[in-house]
Amino acid sequence: MNLKDVQRVLKAKILVGEEFMDRPAETCCGSDLMSDVLAFTKCNTLLCTGLTNIQVIRTAGITDLCGIVIVRGKLPSPDFLNFAREAGMPVLSTGLTLFEACGLLYVAGLRGCSQEGGCSL
Amino acid sequence: MTEAKSVKMSYDVAGGDFDRAGEASANIKRMLQKIGIPADIVRRVAIGTYEAEMNVLIHAGGGTVNAEIFTDHTVINISDHGPGIPDIKLAMQEGWSTAPDYIRQMGFGAGMGLPNMMKCSDKFDIQSKIGEGTSITMEFNHISEDL
Ligand SMILES: Nc1ncnc2c1ncn2[C@@H]1O[C@H](COP(=O)(O)OP(=O)(O)OP(=O)(O)O)[C@@H](O)[C@H]1O
Ligand SMILES: [Mg+2]
Repeated sequence: MNLKDVQRVLKAKILVGEEFMDRPAETCCGSDLMSDVLAFTKCNTLLCTGLTNIQVIRTAGITDLCGIVIVRGKLPSPDFLNFAREAGMPVLSTGLTLFEACGLLYVAGLRGCSQEGGCSL
Repeated sequence: MTEAKSVKMSYDVAGGDFDRAGEASANIKRMLQKIGIPADIVRRVAIGTYEAEMNVLIHAGGGTVNAEIFTDHTVINISDHGPGIPDIKLAMQEGWSTAPDYIRQMGFGAGMGLPNMMKCSDKFDIQSKIGEGTSITMEFNHISEDL
C-alpha cells in the first residue's frame, strides 16, 4: 500500500507531505522507542508513534522510513512540523490509539519488520 | 606509491544539544548518497554513525565525529573525553543502559545502540578508559549485498 491508503484506513489527517502520498509503505512499526526503530526497521517502513519530539523525524530520516503516523490525535509542535517539512518526511495524524492504528493497518495487509518481504535494505 | 583519494568530514557534537542531535550523521549520509554509494550501505553507515553520535551527546557531554570516505570503504570514528565505559562487555549487551529517565522519555536509552553499531558495520572497534573517554571506529565496505 501507499501513504494514501494508510490515510484512508486510519481516517488520518495529513499534517506534512501531501505531495508524498504515493510513497509505498512496505512494512510498519508501532513504537515509542527510537532505539528499536534504529535496530529493527527496514527502509520504506511506516512508523506509528505517540512521540512528537524532533528526534523522531531525525531517526525516521536516518533509517529511510516512508512516513510517520502520530496516534491518539496528538498535535505536534510547529517546530516538529517545520522540521518534517524540511526533511521531506510525511506526517499523518489519527485519533486512534497505537494498538488500533497498527491493528487496522495489519488487517489492511501491512506487515511488520520481522517478517519476510518489504524493503531489502 | 599513490595515496588513495578520500573525502574527509569532521563535526563537533555538543553534549546535550538535542536540537542538533544527528546533524553530523545526516550530513555524512547526504554526502554518501551524493557520491553514489549503494542505498543499503548508506543506510547502515547512517544508522551506526547516528547511534554513536547520540551516545556522545547523551553519555559523554559531547565529542567529535570523523568520517573518511574512500572509493571502496568508509571509516567512521567517534571519540569523546567523557567518563568512559567501565565494563565494555556489559555495555555491548542488548538492553544494558545507564540512560536517565528524561532520555527514555525521548525514545532512547534502551541499551540497543552499541550492539546495533556492531551489527551495522563490517568492522567495529571500541576503546574506552575511565576518566579519559571513549573512541569507536566503524568500517563499512561499499560492496552492496543488495545486488
Ligand atoms: N560515549 C560513551 N561514553 C560513556 N558511556 C557510554 C558511551 N557510549 C555508551 N555508553 C554507556 O554504554 C551504555 C550502553 O550504550 P548503548 O548505546 O548500547 O545504549 P543506550 O545509549 O543506553 O541506549 P540506546 O542506544 O538504545 O538509546 C550506555 O547506557 C552508557 O552507560
Ligand atoms: Mg545509545
